Amino acid sequence: MNASSDVGYHAQRQARWHYGEVAFWLIVLACGFAFPTRYLIMTDILRLALFAMSLDLILGYAGIVSLGHAAFFGVGAYAAGLLALHGIVNEPVLALLVAGLAAMVLGFATSFLVIRGVDLTRLMVTLGIALLLEALAERFSGITGGTDGLQGIEMQPIFGQLPFDMFGKTGFFYSLAVLFVLFLLARRLVHSPFGLSLRAIKNNPLRAAAIGIPVNRRLIAIYTLAAFYAGIAGALFTQTTAIASLDVFAFERSADLMLVLVIGGTGYLYGGLIGAVIFRMLQELFSTITPQYWQFWIGLVLVVIVLIGRQRLHRWVLYVPNLIIRQFAGRKAVVAVPESDA
Amino acid sequence: MTSILTNLFDGVAYGMLLFVLACGLAVTLGLMNFVNLAHGAFAMAGGYVCMVLVNRMGWPFFAALPLAFVSAAAIGILLERTLYRHLYTRSHLDQVLFTIGLTFMSVAAVDYIQGSSRVFINLPAALQGQFDLFGVGIGRYRLTIIVICGLLTIGLQMVLAKTRFGSRLRAAVDDPRAASGLGINVPQVFAFTFAFGCGLAGLGGALSAEILGLDPYFPLKFMIYFLIVVTVGGSSSITGPFLASLLLGIGDVAGKYYVPKMGPFVIYTMMIVILIWRPNGLFGRTAAR
Repeated sequence: MNASSDVGYHAQRQARWHYGEVAFWLIVLACGFAFPTRYLIMTDILRLALFAMSLDLILGYAGIVSLGHAAFFGVGAYAAGLLALHGIVNEPVLALLVAGLAAMVLGFATSFLVIRGVDLTRLMVTLGIALLLEALAERFSGITGGTDGLQGIEMQPIFGQLPFDMFGKTGFFYSLAVLFVLFLLARRLVHSPFGLSLRAIKNNPLRAAAIGIPVNRRLIAIYTLAAFYAGIAGALFTQTTAIASLDVFAFERSADLMLVLVIGGTGYLYGGLIGAVIFRMLQELFSTITPQYWQFWIGLVLVVIVLIGRQRLHRWVLYVPNLIIRQFAGRKAVVAVPESDA
Repeated sequence: MTSILTNLFDGVAYGMLLFVLACGLAVTLGLMNFVNLAHGAFAMAGGYVCMVLVNRMGWPFFAALPLAFVSAAAIGILLERTLYRHLYTRSHLDQVLFTIGLTFMSVAAVDYIQGSSRVFINLPAALQGQFDLFGVGIGRYRLTIIVICGLLTIGLQMVLAKTRFGSRLRAAVDDPRAASGLGINVPQVFAFTFAFGCGLAGLGGALSAEILGLDPYFPLKFMIYFLIVVTVGGSSSITGPFLASLLLGIGDVAGKYYVPKMGPFVIYTMMIVILIWRPNGLFGRTAAR
């Protein structure tokens, strides 16, 4: 077996659907039927998961550290809000796409700024762009509603058939469908040669360039796509909550997002989904204990995670599942530790 | 004409203040290559210590200032020895996460202890009001800030350029391995510098309560300003951050006065443009190694 067919073999093996993955999505779907009173928070988790998946695409696969990912979330949110408010695009799915495209255009335009420079410059530029947009949204309060946010958004039924109900049932299944479709796309993408080349760039840009990978073009492409995903997440936020306010651009949103992804682990797509569930539950827990000071405990979680080390933490978490799998299957653990990152 | 000069004066005071607040970060971020987003938390700590001493315990303002410095430096060295030290070799992502966590904790902790409203420090009567100099309104307090910060800047430059410690620090920054090979205790130099930077931030926090406003969200609100000073100024000397601070201070005050509707828009645009044009800062050689 020669080298290239060997690589192809392993890449294909990796790309195959595991039973665990099928089970994961079945459980998510089952949650929708099992907890009919909890649609609002579950929808919130789905949106966050989609947003985190978007960051995972650039952080986990391309190694771009961003502190301003909320910029794209915000653009998507306002775009969806404005489209619905002024009745430009009434059909939610179409509006979702348009909002995602708006964020994508911004992502493409700013990607040229982001591919320049080192980590530190990237941090600053991404942070600066998010702050800039927040300032702009505040400045043009005639369009965005300023600090009051966009109010009075009324969503039309999906495909003209399924109206949004007040319990959030439609919103939940709508978000789940969007998340699943986008997940499939991302999964296909990261296992494609394109995705493999991104990992090569992340591990060593110089070497990647030397073997003929167009580094900058790949980074621009993935950054633009991630912006699209974040825009869709933002649009989902507006469509399911019927509000869009200035805090969609807030720094806290980008920082929380980092935490979500770090809890779940980067570089295997499920990190954002798992992290979103754990993060939201932690947040609920902390805010029931101390309604006003939950931020302290979130901060503590971040500090502890970093001090213990993300790799070690994931090994500990996967220890028990791996043990069980080993007992049954009698071979080496199948739940892999996520790739090391940045 | 006089309004221009008054604005210029206010801008210089503001810029000087930013420099004292941010120059500690210039060392950690620029020289030690550690992304410390929690720098504002030390400034806030100094500010609150000063507030408690002056307002609650009746200390004179000028006696409380050194204590603001000392307490922020003490917190700084404590955290450096226990936590920060372990993160110098980690990736930027880890450093960012860690310091964001610290910032969140400090915000919530101060909110818990002192409440979330903005606090003011009772200034002595001698520092209040303003006087006219050739028709230009000069705020007494702002003049004090310029004098204190100016002296500090000169002192810092002298320490860095003339003293043994200054040359050790420059050596440790230029090449940590070679420096430790020559018998310089690099971790100690870094720890001391870190603590000193935190102390300066604390002093800046105490001085800035009147001008920037002091509330629990101070570290988040001004994080971007500190980062701008350092990244735009570069890190080859303290002259770069100093000039960047003045530029930022004057630009911000003028921007708020002449085009109030644009808000902070001008500053952010300026920063992005400068970073694109010169990723290593206006006056820097390399921002990160």
